[in-house]
Amino acid sequence: MFDQLSERLQGTMSDLRSRGKLTEDDVDKAMREIRLALLEADVNFKVTKQFVADVREKAIGEGVLSSLDPGQMVVKVVNEQLAELMGGSGRELVFASKPPTVILMAGLQGSGKTTATAKLAKHLIGEGKSAGVAACDTQRPAAVEQLTRLGEQAGATVYAQGTERDPVDIAEWALGQARSDGLDVLIVDTAGRLHIDEELMGQLAEIKKRTKPHDVLLVVDAMTGQDAVNVAEQFAEVTEFDGVLMSKLDGDARGGAALSVKAVTGKPILYASTGEKLEQLEKFHPDRMAQRILGMGDVLSLIEKAEKDLDEEEAEELERKMRQDQFTLDDFLKQLKQVRKMGPLSSVLGMMPGMGKAMKDLRSANIDDRELDRLEAMILSMTPEERANPDVIRGSRRRRIAAGSGTNVQAVKQLIKQFDQMRKMMKMMASGKMPNPEAMIRGQLGARRR
Amino acid sequence: MPTTWAELLDLGDREAPGAAVAEGDDEPKRRGFFRRLRESISTSREALSAELSSSLFETLDAAAWEQLEEALIMADVGARTTAEVVQRLEHEVDSGKVVGGEAARERLVELLADLATTGKGTIDLRPRPAIVLVVGVNGTGKTTTVGKLAWHLQREAGLSVMLAAADTYRAAAVEQLGTWAERAGCEIVNAETGQDAGAVVFDAIAAAEARGSDVVLIDTAGRLHTRNDLMEELAKVNRVIDKRLGRGASETLIVVDSTTGQNGLRQAKVFGEAVDVTGVALTKLDGTAKGGIALAIAGELGIPVKLIGIGEGIEDLRPFDPEEFARALVGE
Repeated sequence: MFDQLSERLQGTMSDLRSRGKLTEDDVDKAMREIRLALLEADVNFKVTKQFVADVREKAIGEGVLSSLDPGQMVVKVVNEQLAELMGGSGRELVFASKPPTVILMAGLQGSGKTTATAKLAKHLIGEGKSAGVAACDTQRPAAVEQLTRLGEQAGATVYAQGTERDPVDIAEWALGQARSDGLDVLIVDTAGRLHIDEELMGQLAEIKKRTKPHDVLLVVDAMTGQDAVNVAEQFAEVTEFDGVLMSKLDGDARGGAALSVKAVTGKPILYASTGEKLEQLEKFHPDRMAQRILGMGDVLSLIEKAEKDLDEEEAEELERKMRQDQFTLDDFLKQLKQVRKMGPLSSVLGMMPGMGKAMKDLRSANIDDRELDRLEAMILSMTPEERANPDVIRGSRRRRIAAGSGTNVQAVKQLIKQFDQMRKMMKMMASGKMPNPEAMIRGQLGARRR
Repeated sequence: MPTTWAELLDLGDREAPGAAVAEGDDEPKRRGFFRRLRESISTSREALSAELSSSLFETLDAAAWEQLEEALIMADVGARTTAEVVQRLEHEVDSGKVVGGEAARERLVELLADLATTGKGTIDLRPRPAIVLVVGVNGTGKTTTVGKLAWHLQREAGLSVMLAAADTYRAAAVEQLGTWAERAGCEIVNAETGQDAGAVVFDAIAAAEARGSDVVLIDTAGRLHTRNDLMEELAKVNRVIDKRLGRGASETLIVVDSTTGQNGLRQAKVFGEAVDVTGVALTKLDGTAKGGIALAIAGELGIPVKLIGIGEGIEDLRPFDPEEFARALVGE
């Protein structure tokens, strides 16, 4: 839909530029595109309105109209404004001088509090702290069991007393236990509640009063729509919260809701939760989120991930081989393994700019990680000679490889063909002609379909 | 569009033995239910009415249209659907087809209700056992909806229900559904966490056949629609049903949280590609969210809303009434 705001803006603006002079009317047109893109990303209506007005003013002030590439300039202004709106470069949790630090989790039903509680515990334990979790959601059936299991998996001490006791008492008791156990951090999970439910909101306020948390985190589902702001305002009224933990960011929601929460309440987004595994919680980077909302990809995260997961020497060796056109199927296998270290294919590709459309093609062509499994199996079924020189693979070798990898002859043929194309592309890249990444992927897909 | 349980549930030529009993047996409780319903609906109504003041429809000028647009977008109807509806109304007013503020308001309700009225609105329970598959992203209220629906099917139509706890992923999801099964007083087939969802469904259908249950309600694990592997697992559940019975699920409901924004459209679309989604259950309407995304889903994808969840109690689930929903959006 609006994956390519930046491209669309570029398009609009360069069209206009060819007419010679940009008018304010032209800028208004661009602003309408931005407004639509923000609304589709669930940025709150009022925030959007204000935002567009600000960008318009700034854009005109910075002389976009007379610049050489106005499209680029508008995108830059939008990007900067968005990052600013989301809170500059982020904030950290506050830790108590005298442990335990108490973190209170609050939010609507189904926003992901229990999972986030366990993830945060795991994250803090990873930073060398000892952590406990308190099961104060006595409302939802089996929530206590869920936290008990997840908490144990995370390596946290679990404080649970079933569902009969008052959550306020449980929280207070857990705090006492955590103190005598000498823990660094206690994270208190609470029942999901509607912000208009006075009784439950009162209970939350009471838990806050008795445990005196150092940080109150509001868990906000990345898929939330316009109502996010109402929710945040109500929660802020009852239990002034300190920051937001944004959950379910691994979907394709653009997360405009969280941005709106920040804009309206001024509370920063501290963490982003991105999957079902306990380690999938990261510190939040506002500038990167801005680019996600605009569909500009997240190159920085990708580079960071690559730095963390890839073996630098191996990468250099591969690059050398590519340049000298000595790339073999063995190298391809290595490369495949390196890429897979970085996580599921879809999440890696999702971070690349300009991949919006290609991602959709990928999905419709149903390339998933199992496809990579098959590729690996095929290469592993080849002899060293075949891997070094795929041209020798003919009829009977193909059949053997297909049988060995549990695939079929057609698939083997395709792999060789794809590999050939890849080598050609590498040659092009080595000679300095960088092909468009989307065309590259589409070319690969085309080969697959044929 | 069906607006009562009797109209909503398509039982075919099957007898509904318990239905009559359910009508009159506990009047006070039912009154309580309607009171709560009115209250919860008026919450969202009040919130939106504040945006749409009564004077809005008197002027019908550019500012009014803009304000109307704003109100619909704030209700998560989405920019595209909103633009369509407002432009159409504006056009009809300009051309003199609709005259006056009151008529414009009524026409708006009609347009919105029309959007929501799409496809077949009933829940197909004709086959025996009828299979109802409940799907959706994490945290929308699938398990709760399954629990409530089981209770209503037994109470409103006297159907015997077998629950299949096929959420084998989330820790303690099986226990959660177990609690609902107890509350609803129906049987349940459980799985160990980590066991294959298809196997649980297979067992549940076998148990339902052995015991002559009328309906099998399948609670599946929440999954983000961007996870191809998990969507494939859903398709597999459908294949298991088909293999066992020679027919697929008679009803596949996607549970959508009414606080969901524009991503709801993607959810419905992608789930619809994996399994044949026949309806939406719109949950958590007792908050201030208006669930406008359901209009976008109905309008753009042709998937009707069939059920709404309006509270945490077991009785807080009811048939969707498009007109009432539209009125709540516009405000009286």
